[in-house]
Amino acid sequence: MIEAIRDALRGEMTADERVVLVGQDIGRFGGVFRATDGLHAEFGERRVFDMPLAEGAIIGSALGLAISGLRPVAEIQFLGFTHQAFHQIVSQVARMRYRSQGRFPASVVIRAPFGGGVKTPELHADAIESQYAHVPGLKVVAPSSPREAKGMLLTAMRDPDPVLFCEPLRGYRLMKEDVPSESYTLDIDKVRIVREGTDVTLIAWSAAVDLASRAADALLSEGVRAHVVDLRSIAPLDVDGLIAAAERTGRCVVIHEAPLTAGFGAEVAATISCEAFYALQAPVERVTGPDAPFPLAGAEQIYLPDVSQVVAAARRTLAAS
Amino acid sequence: MSVSLTPQFPSLAQRITPLQLLRPDGTLVGGAEAPLDDVRLQDALRLMMLSRAVDDKGVSLQRQGRFGTFSTVKGQEASVVGSAVALDPSRDWVVPQYRELPALLRQGLPLEHFILYYQGHPAGGRIPEGVRLLPIQISIAAQLPHAVGLAWGLALQGSDAVVLAYFGDGASSEGDFHEACNLAGVVRAPVIFFLQNNGWAISTPRSRQSSARTLAERAPGYGFDGVVVDGNDLFAVYAATSQAVERARAGRGPTLIESQTYRFGAHNTADDPTRYGHGDTLSGWIERDPVTRVQRYLAARGQWSDEIEVQVRHGIAATIDGALAAARSVPPPAAADLFTHTYAELTPRQVRQLRQLSTTPAAAEGR
Repeated sequence: MIEAIRDALRGEMTADERVVLVGQDIGRFGGVFRATDGLHAEFGERRVFDMPLAEGAIIGSALGLAISGLRPVAEIQFLGFTHQAFHQIVSQVARMRYRSQGRFPASVVIRAPFGGGVKTPELHADAIESQYAHVPGLKVVAPSSPREAKGMLLTAMRDPDPVLFCEPLRGYRLMKEDVPSESYTLDIDKVRIVREGTDVTLIAWSAAVDLASRAADALLSEGVRAHVVDLRSIAPLDVDGLIAAAERTGRCVVIHEAPLTAGFGAEVAATISCEAFYALQAPVERVTGPDAPFPLAGAEQIYLPDVSQVVAAARRTLAAS
Repeated sequence: MSVSLTPQFPSLAQRITPLQLLRPDGTLVGGAEAPLDDVRLQDALRLMMLSRAVDDKGVSLQRQGRFGTFSTVKGQEASVVGSAVALDPSRDWVVPQYRELPALLRQGLPLEHFILYYQGHPAGGRIPEGVRLLPIQISIAAQLPHAVGLAWGLALQGSDAVVLAYFGDGASSEGDFHEACNLAGVVRAPVIFFLQNNGWAISTPRSRQSSARTLAERAPGYGFDGVVVDGNDLFAVYAATSQAVERARAGRGPTLIESQTYRFGAHNTADDPTRYGHGDTLSGWIERDPVTRVQRYLAARGQWSDEIEVQVRHGIAATIDGALAAARSVPPPAAADLFTHTYAELTPRQVRQLRQLSTTPAAAEGR
C-alpha cells in the first residue's frame, strides 16, 4: 500500500506544481514509512520539506501555504500525534473557508496512519478518527486497500476542502494488490460495496474492511452470505449508500478498532436505526475495541476486534426474530 | 529617552530602553528625524482617530444591545497604525488577532464588514477579493503559524510580499507562538511578528506571562532579531516596522517587534478592569496618549488646529454613519448562512438540515 500512496503523491506532484509536501523526516529519509521515498530527490527542496518537530506548526503553516496558493499535503507520523495539532485542524483548517465566507478555502490534505496490529509503542495505534468526524468543514476518509488508497489520495489532493486522510498502518506492508499505474480518482464520498450478500451487512472502513471480508469468508462456510460495505468516508457520511446497504439485509454489524463509546459506529448505528428502522430484523451490532486505551504491543491481540467476534455478532443478528 | 513604559513592573522597566522618536509632549527626541512627512502623518492620525471613534461608538452600541462583545483598540492606536502604514497593501498581508481595527481598514476591509462581524452576522467575516488580510482570529496565537506558512508560500512562488502578524503579550505564552517563530527562523519566512505588549491578558499581568526581561529578547533564540519600541510613539513603531519590512523583503527573514503600549479600556465589553488594578497606572499612560502626541507634533508645525480637528471629526462621523447604514442594509442572517462556505458544496445531510431549519420560527423571523 505504501507504494500506492507514493505513486499518488508522485503523480499529483508531477501534474500540479502547486503540490508541496510538509512533514517530519519526509525529505531525504523518505518518511518513517517511506511514503515519500525518492520524492525529495525527484522534486527537490522547494517541494518536499523536512519540518521542525512540531505538529501544530506543520498543520498551521500548511494552512498558510494553502492560502498563499499552494496545495500542501502534510504528513503526521501517526494519527495519535495529531492531538498536538488538534486545535489547528479543528479550529483553524476546518473553519477557514467558513470564517472567511469562502475567500480562503483550506485545500490541505493531512495524511496520518493509524490502527494496531504491528506492535507499535504507545499512542502510535490510536484510532481517533471519530473525534474528527464531529468537525464540520473537515472531510475524514480512510482507505482500505492499495488501489483504494491511490485513487482516494489523488481525489483528496484535488478536493477543494481539507481532507484528513487516515491510512491503515498495518496495510502499509501487508496489503498488496495490483494498482493501475496511471492516475485515477474515486468517489470517496460514496460507500463501496466490497462484496454482495443477502443475509447480513458488515460495515467497516480502513483496516477493518479486511477483517469484515475475512469474517464474511468464515460466515460463507456456514452458508451465510454477508454484504460487506466500505464506508470510505466517515465525514461526510454517505447516508443513502449506508441505508441502502442496511436495508439490503435488515441485519447490520458495524466494526471498528476505536473504543465503543462515541466511536463512529455509534453514528452508523444511530443513522441506521433512524432511517432504516422498519427494514431492520435485529438490533444493530457493534464490534469494536473496548473502552480502554490502546494497549502496549503485548496485549494488542486481546484488544483488537477479530473474526470470531464479528462472526458471533453476525450470528446474533441472524438469531433475532 | 528611557521612559518607564511598564510602570506596573518598575524593576523591569528600569532596564528597558525602547526605541522612541517622538516624546509624549510631541517633540522629537534629540537628533531624531521624522520618518513620515506631514501628509502621510495626517493620514495616519485620521486613521487613529477613526479607530478611537469606532471604539466609542461600538461600546455605546454594545451597551444598547446593538453590538456584540468586542475589544477596543483605545490606547494602542500608534502601535497598530504605525505598523500598518509601514506595509504596502497592494502586496503585503496582515494576519490579525482581534484588536487591530485600523490595520484591517488600512488593508482595505470595508468598515461595514467589521461592524457586521461584531453585530454577529456571518457575512461580516467576508474579506473582499484583493484585500490581503486573514480573518479576525479568536484563538490566541493560532494565526501565527498561518502567517509563517503564508509568508513562506508567497516567497516560494517568487513574491516579494511581507506578512505582518499581530498578537499580544498573552499570546507569547502559547505554544503556537513558539512553534511559529521557530519555523519562521528555519525557513527564513518574510514575516513580522508584531507583539503588542499592552500589559494585560484580560486580568493577567505581563509579569505572569514570562520572566524574560523583554518579550522581544526571545527572538535571538529563534535565530532572528527582536526589537522593543515605544508602542505609543507612531514614529518609532513606523520606523521599526519599516526596517523589518525592508529586511523581510530583501530575503533576510523574520523580525519580532515588541511594541510596549497600554490598553486604555477593558479587555472587552464583558470585562471589568476595576477588579485587577488596571487603573493603577492608567493615568500615567493617558499622559502618553498616542493620538495627542501626534496632534501636538503637527500643531507645533502649524499642521493641526482646532478647526482641522473639527473637520476631521465630521468626516469620521460621516464615515461611521455610512458604514452603519451599509451594515443595516444587509438582510439579517438566514438558515443558509449556517451552512454556506462550510464546504465547497453542502453535504446531503446539510441540505436536509437546511431544509428543516428554514422552517423554524427563528428562521422565519430572520434572527
